Amino acid sequence: MADIVTKATRESFGEALCELAKDNENIIVLDADLAGATKTSIFQKAYPDRFFDCGIAEGNMMCIAAGLASCGKVPVAASFAMFATGRAYEQIRNSIGYPHLNVKIAGSHAGISTGEDGATHQCLEDVALMRTIPGMTVLCPADHYEMKAATKAAIELDGPVYIRLGRLAIDSFNDPDNYEFELGKGITLHEGSDITVIATGLVVNEARKACEELEKEGISARLINIHTIKPIDREIILKAAKETGRIITVEEHNVIGGLGDAVCDVITSEYPVPVRKVGVYDRYGYSGPAWELLEKFGLTKDGIADVIREEIAKK
Amino acid sequence: MNNTEKRQLKALAAKARLGAIIGTFNAKSGHPGGSLSAADIMTYLYFKEMNVDPANPKMADRDRFVLSKGHCCPSLYAVLAMKGFFDWEELTRLRHVGAMLQGHPDMKGTPGIDMSTGSLGQGVSTACGMALAAKYDNKDYRVYTILGDGECEEGQVWESAMFAAHNKLDNLTVIVDQNGLQIDGPVCEVCGIEPLDKKFESFGFHVIKINGHCFDEIEAAFEEAKTIKGQPTAILAKTVKGKGVSFMENQVDWHGKGPNKDEYEKACAELQATIAELEVEC
Repeated sequence: MADIVTKATRESFGEALCELAKDNENIIVLDADLAGATKTSIFQKAYPDRFFDCGIAEGNMMCIAAGLASCGKVPVAASFAMFATGRAYEQIRNSIGYPHLNVKIAGSHAGISTGEDGATHQCLEDVALMRTIPGMTVLCPADHYEMKAATKAAIELDGPVYIRLGRLAIDSFNDPDNYEFELGKGITLHEGSDITVIATGLVVNEARKACEELEKEGISARLINIHTIKPIDREIILKAAKETGRIITVEEHNVIGGLGDAVCDVITSEYPVPVRKVGVYDRYGYSGPAWELLEKFGLTKDGIADVIREEIAKK
Repeated sequence: MNNTEKRQLKALAAKARLGAIIGTFNAKSGHPGGSLSAADIMTYLYFKEMNVDPANPKMADRDRFVLSKGHCCPSLYAVLAMKGFFDWEELTRLRHVGAMLQGHPDMKGTPGIDMSTGSLGQGVSTACGMALAAKYDNKDYRVYTILGDGECEEGQVWESAMFAAHNKLDNLTVIVDQNGLQIDGPVCEVCGIEPLDKKFESFGFHVIKINGHCFDEIEAAFEEAKTIKGQPTAILAKTVKGKGVSFMENQVDWHGKGPNKDEYEKACAELQATIAELEVEC
């Protein structure tokens, strides 16, 4: 196992773009005055001629990206998740999604872990918004290595992709020596037969710690990491529903429209089992240090472990 | 431009208007008013100005056109059909289920459409993206986009204007079809946009004001735009909404409805008479 890398996924994303740009002259990066925060500044520094700051005008930026893509470029348009997917939703839907243009949309500072900036900047709706766009691939990587692999896959895919980036530095848990990223395929991180936890993004590692801890209590919880929320891995979810009979979804997102709903969409029509959605319950966040907020919202190891115990008790 | 050429363009523009009437009549909906006001400029672009190839609609180095006021596609479709991108008969199926010609331009389904548009304010931004791509690739193709004057109320138009000037997109020509009317009434009464020339100038554009129905002025403006370096050009074209069909001219009611059978026949008769007259003179 390689050393643990403690890094925000936004930073891993910026590094990945630089590496990919070496062999792909068509990659052009756009930002909306947040390059330092989204970490596209890493790319800007390495490739100043291939970076365009659009200023604080996210709607225009998305359409600039659409125009570039229509001419064969591979534009990456970055901003905070809130403004990229919220303010510019309609531009993404009509000018990128409808013509299925090859634009990569990066939304950083996603989720409650944005922290001190508070509710206006803690985007809890981006996955829901992007999932509704036909043909949009939605990625939510969980650590440094996964983000690097996901960025490569996003660039290689011919079509629109939304990729969710976090602000908070987090520990890696994947082993780069045997990690394989396949678009649309979930990864079983922990085997188990009593219940299945399906998680995405930053909370995957918290869920992993919870499952390991519960093993000591004799609870066999399976953990599936869903890095591709759309198209979702139906097979791995249905198998888990059949084999464990109960599912908990965990995400740093509103429970409306996110991973939990995507999982329910799969099982309700084919193999319904009880699903407990862990996330932010139809409310706004508030200011505070990221880890304190994650704790408050029940999205750390202990909170997730408590929910698993509760759900096991219902069996 | 000699007189013969001018008459030919006028006849083509009248046919484009006829196509817009055929389309909106068969669709029982659509936007004839703005289609007719922009018909002369679209005709000029495709028959005189732009480097495009109907046999190879995705030709890499072609000039690009974005109809930012996407609802005025009936006359664009007619121009594309006359140019040979698809059959004229497609116009009779405009807006029908399964038809090639959608209510607003669809770049995936219609040959010759360079960008899907319809949501106002977005097309002009995508045109900036195309112009930026040309600069990035050191290509000399040019990008043209037509905006409505009502569309200039969209904030994104001005976001894109700042971007175009900041990036010195002198390969971009923005045309504003100033027919003075929008759905809810005269632009000056709904939410005034004047002085539009000073606005574009202050946003860093080279501004040219023309009569958007006069081919000499249209030609001079596009020729001038090509000589401008280091800044984008805005052509502010004064036009008449519903131009070419007497009972539609300057009538806001004709913004967004298809003609009934009587109105269709009357409009066709007027346009066919115009075409016949011009063709005799040619």
